[in-house]
Amino acid sequence: MELDLPETEDATATDVPWVTVVWNDPVNLMSYVAYVFRNYFGYTDEKAKRLMLQVHSAGKSVVSSGGREEMERHVQAMHDYGLWATLQKADS
Amino acid sequence: MKPFKKRRRGGVYAVFESAEADMLCNLAGQLVELLRDRNGNEESSSDPLFAQVGMGGPVLPPEDPVLLRLLPDAYRDNPEDAAEFRRFTEQGLTSAKVHHAEVLIGSLIDGGFSFDEAERGDDKIEVELNSEAVQDWLRSLTDLRIALAVRLGIEDDDDLFLVTASEDEATQAMGQIYDWLGFVQESLVAALG
Repeated sequence: MELDLPETEDATATDVPWVTVVWNDPVNLMSYVAYVFRNYFGYTDEKAKRLMLQVHSAGKSVVSSGGREEMERHVQAMHDYGLWATLQKADS
Repeated sequence: MKPFKKRRRGGVYAVFESAEADMLCNLAGQLVELLRDRNGNEESSSDPLFAQVGMGGPVLPPEDPVLLRLLPDAYRDNPEDAAEFRRFTEQGLTSAKVHHAEVLIGSLIDGGFSFDEAERGDDKIEVELNSEAVQDWLRSLTDLRIALAVRLGIEDDDDLFLVTASEDEATQAMGQIYDWLGFVQESLVAALG
């Protein structure tokens, strides 16, 4: 018989931060992706470009980390911009 | 088209040929239809806040590949979390995308475009965007390019070359529209720079 155990995620939520990952796609313009990182996250031009180039060359980039709810908000905002984003635990 | 330029007093402007405005409005109109089919007419046109708190959002990802790319899973390897996230957020996202497309169409109508061909002259369509409308345009141009890319089968950077090299006229025409939308968006991002 299976027991309904509380999810262990909750217990470790404060210890294990979550991350927002942006994935490469052939559609989005490099200038636009950097623009989004600058304007939405408030990153400097240099950081926004570095993250954009990482998405482009490595296929993905961790663009933000923090609490799960905050990352969910970021992912939804990225989807609104048309960027392909997901969230996951930082250690996964 | 005359590319987007910054106004000294704020905002940006661009000038489109009537045929270009027609194409943009048609593509945006098709996108609105596709999104509304997913969301249901009522939800899309009602208060977006209502859509956001709605409990009955879909949990399964869309089957249509364009919608799947516009409304992707938020969790990559966790279907349960992805379903839960979708249930609470997808209708709000869909409504937002409908709104972006409607603002785009509205700006072109404000600039003199008409859906009624009889009312259409040879006049150029001058589009003026404030900072809010700029955000809708950026997002909707992206959505339109995504929709075309999926239909063209562009899945990685190399596929772009296949479209250019295609001998199929319809593919070539769609590929040119895709490139042109990229040019429009590039000019808008540059004007904001």
